[in-house]
Amino acid sequence: MSEIEKYIAPDTVSDAVKALSSGGVTILAGGTDLTPQVDAGRRSHAPTLMNIRRVDDLSGITQNKGETRIGCLTTVSEIKQSDLAPAILRQAADHFASEQIRNAATLGGNICNASPAGDMINPLLVLDASVELASWKEGAMEVRREPISRFFTGPGKTIKHDNELLIAVVFDTPGPDFVGYFRKSGPRPALEISTVSVGIGGDYKDGAFHNVRVAFGAVGPTPLRGKATEAMLEGQALTAEVIDKAARAAQDDATPIDDIRATSWYRTHLIAVFTEELLNNVCQN
Amino acid sequence: MSVKTELNFTLNGRPVNIEVPVDMTVLNLLRENLDLKGTKYACGEGECGACTIEVDGTTINSCLMYAADLNGRTVMTIEGLGAGNKMHPMQQSFVDHGAVQCGFCMPGMIIQANYLVKQNPDLTREEMKRGLEGNICRCTGYTKVLDAVAAIVGAEG
Repeated sequence: MSEIEKYIAPDTVSDAVKALSSGGVTILAGGTDLTPQVDAGRRSHAPTLMNIRRVDDLSGITQNKGETRIGCLTTVSEIKQSDLAPAILRQAADHFASEQIRNAATLGGNICNASPAGDMINPLLVLDASVELASWKEGAMEVRREPISRFFTGPGKTIKHDNELLIAVVFDTPGPDFVGYFRKSGPRPALEISTVSVGIGGDYKDGAFHNVRVAFGAVGPTPLRGKATEAMLEGQALTAEVIDKAARAAQDDATPIDDIRATSWYRTHLIAVFTEELLNNVCQN
Repeated sequence: MSVKTELNFTLNGRPVNIEVPVDMTVLNLLRENLDLKGTKYACGEGECGACTIEVDGTTINSCLMYAADLNGRTVMTIEGLGAGNKMHPMQQSFVDHGAVQCGFCMPGMIIQANYLVKQNPDLTREEMKRGLEGNICRCTGYTKVLDAVAAIVGAEG
C-alpha cells in the first residue's frame, strides 16, 4: 500500500474540483470498492486522499422540467427507496450487493469503478442517461455532459480525466408509457457480481414497443447497449416470434468471455433466456 | 506510514477524540485502537457482515469504511446495544431461540437485525431474509436466527 501524504474533506463542489486540478488525488466516497481494491493490491493510493462525502450538494434525487438528476453521492439504498427513481433503477438497486453495502455505496462510485458488471450502470444505459463531469478551468467550474453509453472504454476505464469529478447522472424522466425491467444472474441473490445482467426498456403502447433500449452487463469489456436487439424490437408488437428473434439478436450483440464466474457459452445462453423473460414481462405489463 | 487526521465522533453515546492514519478502516480503529473487540473481522471485503455497525443510524460494513470519514458522525457497535450488563431484547431473543452457536457472526447479525426492525417494525419473514443477506452464518442454518427476529417483531410491532 502506498503512503498517503495529505487528507482533505472539502465542503463544496468547487473546492473538490479545484483540488483535482493539481493531480495526484484518490477520490473516496463510500469506500466499498476502494478498500478491497487497495487491500488486494489492485490499486494504490495517490499522494492525496480526498473524501468527497462532506460535499452536501452532491447527494439526492431531483426532478425538474422533464429531467431527473441524481447526485453522485446518492447511495444505492436511497435510490432503492426513492419514488423519484424509475422502477428499473430501483430493481437494480434492490439486487445490488447487501443492505450494508447499499447503505454506503454511491451511484457515482459504481459508475466510475467502471466494472463491466456494474449493476447500476445497466439501467442507466436503458434510461439513456448522461453523466456530468466537472473540472476547474480558468478560475471557474466547467461541467460537460457525456452520454453514459460513451463513458466506458474498457474494464475499469472511462473517458473521465483525472482532473474531473463525476458530479451527477441526468436522464429524461420516463413518461407514463415507459416500461423497463432489469435482471441479473448469480449463484445467490445477494452479494453477487453479475454473471450476466440484462435491462430492457421503452414505451409500450397499444401492443407495440417504441424507443426501445437494451443494455447488457458482464458480456463484454464494458457495460453495453444491444443495438441489434434494439433494431429488431423497434416499433414491433411483442409476438412470440419477435421475442424469439430478439433473443437471438441479443446473443449477437454480446461478446462474452470465459472467466471465473461463467463460461462464454453459459453467458450467451443466459442472455437469450433473460431477454425473452424481460420481453415477456413487458407484454404482461 | 500514511498521514494522520484528528477525529471527533460519538461512539456508543460517548465522545471520542483520536488521531488515526487516514487509510485505517473503522474496524481496525474499533478493535485495535479503541479495544472494542465485539465487532468482528472475518472476510475484510464486505461479503460476510461480521463487522456490521451503525453509523448515523444506518448499518455499514466497518471493514470497508475509512475511519477518517467518521469525523462528526455517530457510531453504535454491539457494545452500545444493551444497557450495561443487561442485554438488549434482540440479544435476549437470539439467546432464547438458540440462534447462537459459535457466535462469531452474532454481533454483526444482531446489529443488522436490530436496524431492520427499527426501519420496519412490521417486517415479514421474507423481508428479514433479504435484510440479512449480507450476514453470513456458518453454524445456525439461519432458521433460528429468523425465529429470534420474528419474535421481536411480534413483541415490538
